[in-house]
Amino acid sequence: MKDNLYNYLLGIADNSLILGQRMGELCGHGPSLETDIACTNISLDLFGQVRSYFQYAAKIAGDGRTEDDIAMLRKEREYKNVLLVEQPNTNFAYTIGRQFLFDVYHLAFLSELQKSKDLTLSAIANKCIKEVSYHERFSSDWVKRLGDGTEESKGKMQEAINDLWTYTDELFHQTKVDKAMVIEGIGVDVTKLKESYYRQVSELLEEATLQIPESKYFQKGGKEGIHTEHLGYILAELQYMQRAYPNMEW
Amino acid sequence: MSEEQIRSLEKQFEERIARDEKIEPKDWMPEKYRKTHIRQMSQHAHSEIVGMLPEGNWITRAPSLRRKVALLAKVQDEAGHGLYLYSATETLGISRDEMYEQLHTGKAKYSSIFNYPTITWADMGAIGWLVDGAAIINQVPLCNTSYGPYARAMIRVCKEESFHQRQGFEIMMKLANGTSEQKDMAQDALNRWWWPSLMMLGPTDDVSVHTAQSMKWKLKRKSNDDLRQQFIDQTVPQAELIGLTIPDPDLKWNEERGSYDFGEIDWDEFWQVVKGHGPMNKERMKARVGAWEEGEWVRDAAMAHAEKKQTRKEKQAV
Repeated sequence: MKDNLYNYLLGIADNSLILGQRMGELCGHGPSLETDIACTNISLDLFGQVRSYFQYAAKIAGDGRTEDDIAMLRKEREYKNVLLVEQPNTNFAYTIGRQFLFDVYHLAFLSELQKSKDLTLSAIANKCIKEVSYHERFSSDWVKRLGDGTEESKGKMQEAINDLWTYTDELFHQTKVDKAMVIEGIGVDVTKLKESYYRQVSELLEEATLQIPESKYFQKGGKEGIHTEHLGYILAELQYMQRAYPNMEW
Repeated sequence: MSEEQIRSLEKQFEERIARDEKIEPKDWMPEKYRKTHIRQMSQHAHSEIVGMLPEGNWITRAPSLRRKVALLAKVQDEAGHGLYLYSATETLGISRDEMYEQLHTGKAKYSSIFNYPTITWADMGAIGWLVDGAAIINQVPLCNTSYGPYARAMIRVCKEESFHQRQGFEIMMKLANGTSEQKDMAQDALNRWWWPSLMMLGPTDDVSVHTAQSMKWKLKRKSNDDLRQQFIDQTVPQAELIGLTIPDPDLKWNEERGSYDFGEIDWDEFWQVVKGHGPMNKERMKARVGAWEEGEWVRDAAMAHAEKKQTRKEKQAV
């Protein structure tokens, strides 16, 4: 039970960690000052969430591990984030597409997590959902702007959605730990979120005058620690200081 | 308007400033006042925006989650300062796009300090402690400057900057009290950032071109040399407190003056960087221009979308 809860927390938090890291890369390089601030803000929110989850996970582990040990001292195969969030900032359309496809899921997930029997987890969800509903508004507004903007932006937004679509199905894939946590009344049954997710996403894409990708070929593996080639580089930066200067206080 | 009328308006204007009244955007103002303020305020806004780059450089590599969150928040504050300083400058009749254009073509300057590279984590501490420290000394007097929108913006900017400065000092303190490797990292950062920070307070009084007029308009309250002395007197005891050494062999307490004497500043280096030949000038501009150019299609899309929405609304209304 303790191990399951610990691993379950990591599964949730790693999504925020890796997406936060990706959004943090953009700081100072956004297409306008306002979007720059918004992207940094999303990154900041996500890392705040990560801290809540990992501080709780450290407490559960109870062996002296800290939030930073958990965030920065695991090996590639031990990160449990979905493949979607590790995809690169190819251009602003990819950044927005990735954010949107994750936000719609994230919001629905947190809304269910609020009902968790684990009171700490439900309190964290309660705090995060306010932030994530803002993220979702921001990213869907931008999907509409780019989709229903110029020819160029439409093409770029469509391309990003087409490319990222293959990573959406994994959001609803359940690991053994997920299943155990659902039975305990602690975890969220993500399979139940799938239908409304695709409905919501499709409605918004239509409003944005974009095509809904038809591909039925999906990628998964992140939740089991089998990642794309991008993750190693993300970790190289994320872990650099902790690896180069081990056992120090900052 | 006749010359006589203009002279009379100018007289009234100067009297208002002397009475410590604020000048507001719609008030009459001499053209030179407007231009000087556009120059200084936009330069200030540009410094905030370019200043995001050296610190943004360490966001993905911050050593702990706590430091990462604090650094993100700090860089975001700077973007916010840039945003309302641009807005305040726009009240003088120039658009943000025009100001960007001036930055990107090199017509407008930004603080030279950001043309130095951030090569270790300790640089995040040194920038907060020294660079923001020097900036505060420059900026606190501006909370009482004559142009209302600038003065009001500066009140908020200064509050956040003083928080950043404490945060930077705390990073340095932690390193200085850490392992020998960490202490070396902190000392090395102090060695690299000390002299450029002193240069931030501007050229010496005998060569500073803008001082007299700026004093009258309360854009400046103390001379560059006085500000520099204030910065040194305030910072040296802080370095001593955490056991770091100021990299100036000539630094010595002068009992008579009640201030520190200090060594010669390398003004050749200062002018080299101001003229665009510092270690990072080209990279910083490339990053700014790159973000602007790569973002053009995004801004165009936002405009096109807004227009489409407006047209649809109008059609519905008919």
